[in-house]
Amino acid sequence: MTAMRALSTTVVGLILLFLTLPIIIVVVVSFSSATYLTFPPPALGLRWYAAYFGSEAWLQSTWLSIWVAAVVVVLATILGTLAALGVAHLPKPLRVLASTLILSPLIVPGIIVAIGIYYAFAQYGLVGSPVGLILAHTCLAVPFVVTSVSASLAGIDPRLEQAALSLGATPTGAFFQITLPLIRPGVLVGALFAFITSFDELIVAIYISGSGAVSLPRRMWDDLQFQIEPTIAAVSTLTIVLTAVLMGCAHLLQRRSAT
Amino acid sequence: MMNGVGRGASVSLNDLQKSYGGVTAVAGVTLDIRSGEFLTLLGPSGSGKTTTLTMIAGFETPTDGDIAIDGKSVVAMPPYRRNIGMVFQNYALFPHLTVADNIGFPLKQRGVPKAERTKLVGDALELVQLPGYGARYPRQLSGGQQQRVALARAIVFKPRLLLMDEPLGALDKQLRETLQLEMRRLHADLGITFIYVTHDQEEALTMSDRIAVMNEGLVAQVGRPEDLYDRPDNHFVAAFIGESNFLPAVVRGFEDEVVVAEYNGSLIRAISPSKQRDAGMKVILSTRPERIRFADGAVESPAPQNRLNVTVTEAVFAGERCRYMLRTGDGSSIVLKEPSSAAIRRREVGERVEISWSVADTILV
Repeated sequence: MTAMRALSTTVVGLILLFLTLPIIIVVVVSFSSATYLTFPPPALGLRWYAAYFGSEAWLQSTWLSIWVAAVVVVLATILGTLAALGVAHLPKPLRVLASTLILSPLIVPGIIVAIGIYYAFAQYGLVGSPVGLILAHTCLAVPFVVTSVSASLAGIDPRLEQAALSLGATPTGAFFQITLPLIRPGVLVGALFAFITSFDELIVAIYISGSGAVSLPRRMWDDLQFQIEPTIAAVSTLTIVLTAVLMGCAHLLQRRSAT
Repeated sequence: MMNGVGRGASVSLNDLQKSYGGVTAVAGVTLDIRSGEFLTLLGPSGSGKTTTLTMIAGFETPTDGDIAIDGKSVVAMPPYRRNIGMVFQNYALFPHLTVADNIGFPLKQRGVPKAERTKLVGDALELVQLPGYGARYPRQLSGGQQQRVALARAIVFKPRLLLMDEPLGALDKQLRETLQLEMRRLHADLGITFIYVTHDQEEALTMSDRIAVMNEGLVAQVGRPEDLYDRPDNHFVAAFIGESNFLPAVVRGFEDEVVVAEYNGSLIRAISPSKQRDAGMKVILSTRPERIRFADGAVESPAPQNRLNVTVTEAVFAGERCRYMLRTGDGSSIVLKEPSSAAIRRREVGERVEISWSVADTILV
């Protein structure tokens, strides 16, 4: 028994190491003092963080990504929550059809979606503009909100809404006083996923950010194509930290809603 | 007891119908519920009782027919304007609100100021015997306490009509009986109209002023509990409420109000409360097991009796009573229930005996 246990612990440990090693290497390299990417670094230093924070282009892209993601969060959360509520009220066959359609941006390969969006947006001058990025990312983020809000809704007794109506609440009143507080964890988790979806999104950004709306992942991609220097590791580390913090928040919210 | 006339709403259902796709849930219910009455809709699952209640509440729109409250049609009125209290089977308390906020919810919707709200919530908690529970959350209460809170929430805004959908279904027997008494008391104190849905006939018989027995989307019979039990209109009611023995017979003649019918060569006298019968008609005789007695040795009742010779096929001692299964000449079974007593001789299986029962307890259904 103990031998089996030791074996399974070792296997799980190795799998975890395999998954985290690239991240660890990136983090370590970001603190390198060398002028080129090398592991292990000859000495430690903060020069690449200094390079990042000193670069107008990097900071512009970071700021763009953050505010685009913030707008996406607002749009996707509102649209996704409304969609989840609407879908929940549909009769069963229509419900399946509607949720499949809503999830389709996740099912269709990303590059296909990206090409489609590129051609459609090009006609309306939305390529190379933050508005285009916001619209495209909202499409990609809505399914996450719908999924997470639907899961919250499924756990709510439909009779609570009836009870609220019988007690004199209007449908709007019942939504804001009863339904919304009960699905709040699902809405917040959906919002976090929407942020991460937009903030990390590369494929659509490659097609439509042009030169006027270069998001952070797009800047990283361009940078990697021309030169490989540790600034990219510093940017990656900051992105990883931000994403990890958000995922942690999402996890906490989900755990709180489960109890 | 306070006089509650006028404080309760009267409800008229006129040929009320509801179908989903091709499936009929309610096939045409016509029922007048009086002001201040405790009326129970009783029926098996799928009989349309909950759908009828849901339409009165306004959560479902009738396919056809009308619902009038105090003489005014409410079919086009949304549920939140009907001012009807409703208690749900699973309580439907708002889990994120305290007991006080749950009970205060209907008052808040009506714009009652906070100070008055607090007072009314306190009164309501007092009424359901849960004073001091306001700050707790529903999940911290037992099932019975949650049901009391749901009740308080449904009456705190002084509706004239209270609907209850199997409110005691999830509770254990003892608690159910306590709450049945409390609801009777509350009904008497408030004087408002109660419409109560249940599939539990004992609950219906204990609590109601009148019962509407429902079957397959229609009202099978409406009446006081004792009327339904003693004078069932039809086979369904006789079989659904309590236990009944059924014997096939043919009408042979009439003696004033009494119908004389022939069963397997014996003449049995019966009453037919609901329908006109004609000679030669095939009918079914219905009698309650506890109204039949062994004829030998028993004190002879002055009322006119029916008699029949039977064979005991099964004898079960069940504490407060003995239950016998008897076979008649044509092989039909009759159940007889006798209060147990050490002074009464227990019958043996295989024994041939004569049984008797009152003509007034013999109903044609």
